Amino acid sequence: MTEGGIFPALIGTFLLSTGAILFALPLGVLAAIYLKEYAGAKKWVRIIRIGINNLAGVPSVVFGLFGLAIFVKLFGFGVSVLSGSLTLGILILPVIIRASEEAIDSVPSSFKEASFALGATKWQTIRKVVLPTALPGILTGAILSLGRAAGETAPILFTAATFYTRHLPESPFREVMALPYHIYALMTEGTKPEFQVPIAYGTALVLLLLVFAVNFIAIIIRSRMRRKRKW
Amino acid sequence: MVNKIIIKELNLCFAKNHVLKNIDISIPEKLITAIMGPSGCGKSTFLRCLNRMNDLIEGTKISGSLLIDEKDIYSDSIDIFDLRKRVGMVFQKPNPFPKSIFENVAYGLKIHEIKDKGTISEKVEKALRDANLWDEVKDRLSSSALDLSGGQQQRLCIARALAVEPEIILFDEPASALDPISSARLEELLEELKKNYTIVIVTHNLQQAARISDWTAFLMLGELIEFNKTEKIFTAPQDKRTENYLTGKFG
Ligand SMILES: Nc1ncnc2c1ncn2[C@@H]1O[C@H](COP(=O)(O)OP(=O)(O)O)[C@@H](O)[C@H]1O
Ligand SMILES: [Mg+2]
Repeated sequence: MTEGGIFPALIGTFLLSTGAILFALPLGVLAAIYLKEYAGAKKWVRIIRIGINNLAGVPSVVFGLFGLAIFVKLFGFGVSVLSGSLTLGILILPVIIRASEEAIDSVPSSFKEASFALGATKWQTIRKVVLPTALPGILTGAILSLGRAAGETAPILFTAATFYTRHLPESPFREVMALPYHIYALMTEGTKPEFQVPIAYGTALVLLLLVFAVNFIAIIIRSRMRRKRKW
Repeated sequence: MVNKIIIKELNLCFAKNHVLKNIDISIPEKLITAIMGPSGCGKSTFLRCLNRMNDLIEGTKISGSLLIDEKDIYSDSIDIFDLRKRVGMVFQKPNPFPKSIFENVAYGLKIHEIKDKGTISEKVEKALRDANLWDEVKDRLSSSALDLSGGQQQRLCIARALAVEPEIILFDEPASALDPISSARLEELLEELKKNYTIVIVTHNLQQAARISDWTAFLMLGELIEFNKTEKIFTAPQDKRTENYLTGKFG
């Protein structure tokens, strides 16, 4: 367990987070578009919104169990990169929906009016005016949630992570090492704590730097967007 | 003189608010018709009936007949997207998209399925020329429209409306956010545009209405008080309320 370095865990974390974003970003943006532009102010829409907000407060270990029951067992994806990505994706989905809704809200209605007045349909207006204008805000939200996904242990505990492997996963259906879980494993398992503990701290440092770097990128995008925007 | 737009007994309610009341008006082709009146009297709402922009506001009820080229624009057979292509609109505050100058003007063309790059460039150039903006922007078509001055932005919005080759252009207080020089340039432009387009302009500025318009309508509390040739309205108003408004007794 003290051999092999953290490279497989680093790659694993990268794969899991990227997978989560690939799944949650399109779904979250579509959900936000639906809620903002099509759903109106019906009662059940309010209930859905309350549901989304509450989802953001659910402890992540519950997502882990959910992922185990649905993706690992029911869909038969097994303990794998795919199951882990989907579970993390669901975890960050509410954050992405909310960030996207806010970004869509901040698009001035005068832009939409101009588009409609030229004879554009609602969907054309969303695609060509609303989304491009909201994109930096959406991306900032997505990247911040990526940082969150990278650092989570509980959701991947039963769905994706393995204690130790020297190999990278050959397919999305293989299990994988991940940085946060690697730390957990180093601290709780194994027979050579005197070697393992320093490695765990080192891994924690790498994880922290990774999360900082991701957040830093998000902050740069956001400040650029603020500087560029003039409406 | 041909009447491009003929409106009979137009009534409009936003929920319970009866905003336009029994309006009868015929708007002449290829002339400038000004709509005046105190704020909140329904000028913008009237204008937005002509391109059905009020349809976007929930709870709007509209009745009466509204003909453009003798066709009722509220009948079921009307394609609303085509209608808005034929009836362009320029807003109070310049509202270019946060895109390049070129993309702003090309927007309407792309929306209406014009794909050929050459055709698009040609039409963009023509629209910018017709909006008296070409010489100022021809070297920086790909820079952001938001970097233009307010007056230039408003002319860009006009170019954007012109690009899809409308027949009618609606202006909702287009100069109210502009400085006097930009405003004067805009008025010049309107004079040129009326050769080819039917123009309806809402304005708060009486001198402006007197200078540029051929016909003037005076609205108050959602009613059309008076509609006549501009010089008649300004020299010999028939209704006491028009006279009071023009002499600044209220408004
Ligand atoms: N989107 C809207 N929803 C509800 N009421 C509106 C809306 N827009 C305008 N109104 C109402 O319609 C009336 C006329 O407004 P408007 O046409 O904007 O007046 P004007 O342009 O002459 O200042 C006002 O009483 C205003 O409150
Ligand atoms: Mg108005």
